[in-house]
Amino acid sequence: MFTRHDSLRAGYDVVIIGAGGHGLAAAYYLARDHGIRNVAVLEKGYLGGGNTGRNTTIIRSNYLTPEGVKFYDESVRLWQDLSADFDLNLFYSTRGHYTLAHTDAAMRTMRWRAEVNKHFGVRSEAVDAAFVKRGIPSIDMSCGGHAPILGALFHEPGAIARHDAVAWGYGRGADRRGVEIHQQTEVTGIRVAGGRVVGVDTPRGSIATSKVLCAVAGFTPRILDMLDLHTPIYVHPLQAMVSEPIKPWLDPIIVSGSLHVYVSQSARGELVMGASLDPYELHTTRSTLDFVEGLSSHMLDMFPFLSEVKVNRQWAGLADMTPDFAPIMGVTPVEGFFLDAGWGTWGFKATPVCGKTMSHTVATGRNHPLIEGFTFDRFARYQLTGEKGAASVGH
Amino acid sequence: MKILVCPLNGPRPISEFVYGGEVRQSPDPDKCSDAEWSDYVFNRSGSPGQKHEWWCHIASGFWFVVLRDTARDVVIDTLTSEDVRRGLRLPGGAA
Repeated sequence: MFTRHDSLRAGYDVVIIGAGGHGLAAAYYLARDHGIRNVAVLEKGYLGGGNTGRNTTIIRSNYLTPEGVKFYDESVRLWQDLSADFDLNLFYSTRGHYTLAHTDAAMRTMRWRAEVNKHFGVRSEAVDAAFVKRGIPSIDMSCGGHAPILGALFHEPGAIARHDAVAWGYGRGADRRGVEIHQQTEVTGIRVAGGRVVGVDTPRGSIATSKVLCAVAGFTPRILDMLDLHTPIYVHPLQAMVSEPIKPWLDPIIVSGSLHVYVSQSARGELVMGASLDPYELHTTRSTLDFVEGLSSHMLDMFPFLSEVKVNRQWAGLADMTPDFAPIMGVTPVEGFFLDAGWGTWGFKATPVCGKTMSHTVATGRNHPLIEGFTFDRFARYQLTGEKGAASVGH
Repeated sequence: MKILVCPLNGPRPISEFVYGGEVRQSPDPDKCSDAEWSDYVFNRSGSPGQKHEWWCHIASGFWFVVLRDTARDVVIDTLTSEDVRRGLRLPGGAA
């Protein structure tokens, strides 16, 4: 599927650190839309092996801030024809997305999000309990008596996709256009002269380049240490799990902030489930029994008939969190060093639009207009982009 | 379940504790620049390493400091806030 390159060239026009969805998408659009093909994507593990292959594949644009809604809506638009673009089936499946409200305060936030969404042409609406029951007939509306469902934010374009194929599609498309993907190649240093990037060091040799794009999710702080750049990013693990495959019964995607659950049923019949972040900083992808117990208990509040269903697998990824729950993207104080980071628990859905906007930013040296709300310097200006109210669950 | 040793209550399940973030020194807000203040308010040391962190045993409301390796999730030492106040046992003057 990909060309294997025996050695690194002496130099590239652009070096991208991280062969996940975001890095490969940027490589793809650099080659396809900007004609920049002398590009290396360096990956210390294997292609799509980080958070691209660890997320719960939910795609939506029902955000809270105007900056976020416009950005994610563009992403949802790009997702629609990616399968045809790649000639590879992404199993993109529009399901409808319910964010359940169990309190009056949550209903108020749902109405707020619905109004912001509609203002920007995104199909979202606040719906009542009867609408939820019609859409999800099998749900226990009282949630075991603990947290009765009062209504929801219903987002019709909500979708899921096969996440590995996204990395394969972007990777293959970039590879065919001359981009070199080097797996098992860790970046050990970034060389800077006079405030400008001049090269990258790896155990396989040094590379000369004037542009580096960093798209490494939970490893971002380690790369930034090489340049002595400081950000608010902090890393906590985020766990997820899947059930054994069962007959299709759950069509929409269900999120409950109060119960800390998001769940959808995959094309294979597995229930794909996630919850909140682990409660403290950690840089390993270990799994815990606490997580399975807590999430299962809340799943049973909503769907008590699942009590005999087995959990098949669990895993974790490293989430690079920011204080305002918005990403950190674009140019940095080091000329030629571009950042696509702070993607915390919300990065998969943004893969196409990140590739589009970051390739533009790298090619022109100026931030794409869609990422102006996510800039590196917004914290020093005390101008945050508060997106926490649109997080799936209360992290 | 993981166990954390509290200096006051001994070994207790991790679910009885909350994490309060890294122990950090505030600059003097009357004297520091806006840049120094925003650096203190927002920026964090995100890379793995040995860090002094605030933890609280919820049931007893007891705050204390843990020296923990965040790459391996191994607790190296625990200190009381009295130790921290006196600046004892904290390398690099982190108190």
